[in-house]
Amino acid sequence: MEVNQMQRSFLEYATVLFREGFLDGQFSQLQMLQDESNPDFVVEVVSLFFEDSQKLLNDLTTTLDQQNVDFKKIDAHIHQLKGSSSSIGAQRVKNACIAFRNFCDQQNLEGCMRCLQHVKQEYLLVKSKLEALLRLEQQIVAAGGAIPVLSEFS
Amino acid sequence: MNLGMNFTSSSSSWKSNDKASDQFPAGLRVLVVDDDPTCLRILEKMLRNCLYEVTKCNRAEIALNLLRDNKNGYDVVLSDVHMPDMDGFKLLELVGLEMDLPVLMMSADDSMDVVLKGVTHGACDYLIKPVRMEALKNIWQHVVRKKKHEWKEKDFEQSGSFEEGEKCQKPLEDVDYSSSANEGNWRGSKKRKDEEDESEDRDDTSQLKKPRVVWSVELHQQFVNAVNQLGIDKAVPKKILELMNVPGLTRENVASHLQKFRLYLRRLSGASPHQNALNNSFMGPSDPTFLNGLDFQALATSGQIPPQSLATLQAATLGRSTSKSTIPVALVDQRNIFSFENPQQRNNNSKQVNLLHGIPTNMDSKQLANLQQSAYMSRSNSVPSHMVQPQPRTQLLNDIAGTRVSRNGIDFSRSNSEISVSKNVVPNYDVYNEINQNRNQDWTLQNVGSTYGSSLHVGPDVLRPVLVEPGFTSKGQSSLPVKSLGIDQQFNSSLADNSLRVKAEMGFENGLYSGHFGQDDLMSAILKQQEGMGPVGNEFGFDGYHLDNLPV
Repeated sequence: MEVNQMQRSFLEYATVLFREGFLDGQFSQLQMLQDESNPDFVVEVVSLFFEDSQKLLNDLTTTLDQQNVDFKKIDAHIHQLKGSSSSIGAQRVKNACIAFRNFCDQQNLEGCMRCLQHVKQEYLLVKSKLEALLRLEQQIVAAGGAIPVLSEFS
Repeated sequence: MNLGMNFTSSSSSWKSNDKASDQFPAGLRVLVVDDDPTCLRILEKMLRNCLYEVTKCNRAEIALNLLRDNKNGYDVVLSDVHMPDMDGFKLLELVGLEMDLPVLMMSADDSMDVVLKGVTHGACDYLIKPVRMEALKNIWQHVVRKKKHEWKEKDFEQSGSFEEGEKCQKPLEDVDYSSSANEGNWRGSKKRKDEEDESEDRDDTSQLKKPRVVWSVELHQQFVNAVNQLGIDKAVPKKILELMNVPGLTRENVASHLQKFRLYLRRLSGASPHQNALNNSFMGPSDPTFLNGLDFQALATSGQIPPQSLATLQAATLGRSTSKSTIPVALVDQRNIFSFENPQQRNNNSKQVNLLHGIPTNMDSKQLANLQQSAYMSRSNSVPSHMVQPQPRTQLLNDIAGTRVSRNGIDFSRSNSEISVSKNVVPNYDVYNEINQNRNQDWTLQNVGSTYGSSLHVGPDVLRPVLVEPGFTSKGQSSLPVKSLGIDQQFNSSLADNSLRVKAEMGFENGLYSGHFGQDDLMSAILKQQEGMGPVGNEFGFDGYHLDNLPV
């Protein structure tokens, strides 16, 4: 595939992701942070996010499974997930976390469980989409092209 | 960066790293603490892009160790609020205490109470996640500000260029000062004095900025005491200054304050023939001059009473009040209302006492209402509901309103909607009607009670919202909580009790005011207020006001 074509695909795909709310301006900020000194910055950060989120989601599942649910712990985890998802621009995950937090405040166990499912869902979605996007990015770089700037979305 | 090279040359103790200081703020040594690896990495990158020297750690303990091992190794600390091993605020405190470095807090949590907590714990700033580059680019100013402040405290001779570079003042800069300074009412003046010192260092008297003195309640009380001691006729700024013995206060400060005070007194005395008139009129239904020493004229002429006057009045914010005339007028109104209420009630006299008749009150009906509210609130004893009589009030209010009040100005409601006229209350009485209408609105008692005999430092902004808060409901006995807005309240004990016991039963038909307010209570409250200070200008604080003097 030609570099231009790849770049176009990348942009188109990114546009869709932004439009559908999977990503927000923060992600563009990350893109803009990437430079020669840190050419893999975005990949690095996104990987950190995946790693961290997976752990958090596992912890959340475990905590909610307990006999006596520790809502404070849930709140702490969710807060963290909210922070990291917002930092990389995973907007829908962040929003799901906010909803989750509300149920947690109310100590509504059932609500929390539903929210957890929702958060997991959104997480998996954004994960696959980011992976696809970054794959496109890598292809462009491999072909010697420059990654299109997503500044219009920031 | 506007600092240029001058900055570095004057900051000999700025950094150990001379090379970095040449390109300030490049090379700023930042320690970032966050348990979230994603955020940490992003922050690190962003800070690096700002050309800062970044050290990251994901544990507060590690951060503290790093800081302790290398006391001068860092310029600023960036810390997350929620961390597993240590609360971010704790770290903030420790860093502030041990290393006295500027600390910025970060969190995805943007709820006001958390941000407030950060501020009160001494954070230089609070960044909401996700943190953007722009926010990080400017963190160097906190470092500069703190250094400058430290130098000032050591009477460091500043070079002009250094000062110039610092003019960028952020809204949160107040937290930069030591917490003790923050709490004092002198904060503003201290800051001003710092600036003044700065100016003086420039050896240019023409550039000397006059420090703007914040006439806190205490300060005003001292002032009033001095004046009373000397006798209002003999009170000259020089002598007052001597008596007050407040360091840093200049004769000019006292002089201008005295001028305002005199104006206030004049207004008060102009309204009613003499102080005792209030007593008389209070009892007499038709005596419009019951308010002792309350010079409505004076009050009215004292100046415009902006809508905020209510707040001013309520807060008895001496120093912070911007509209001096507000308080006096408000007070007057309250008293008027008071007196009218009682006599009316007692005598079943529907005669309308126009206390404020003819008085070009500048007070907004809002203020008036507020005053009334305050007046009522301050009475703790059961106030017969008859005390609240629409008619006289109406008259009063009308007059008051007539002069300048704009209904639009009344701000009783939560939103700044006008108080609509309630049919229950005498239609003429704009304010009251409006109050009635808004009876279901929330009034905070605290302001009310504190009007008299209290020295609330509530600033206008603070008061306003307070007033509209759910304090009174006509529904039932809801005692208005006397919250402390962090203000010094020098309540007369009785008043304090009164205000605490205020129930939202009495008052206007709508029960805006607690029925517990007794006429006597209100009057005594007013009198007490008046007593201490004589006709005290509201702006100067209600401390001296002893309502006992008011004739009942």
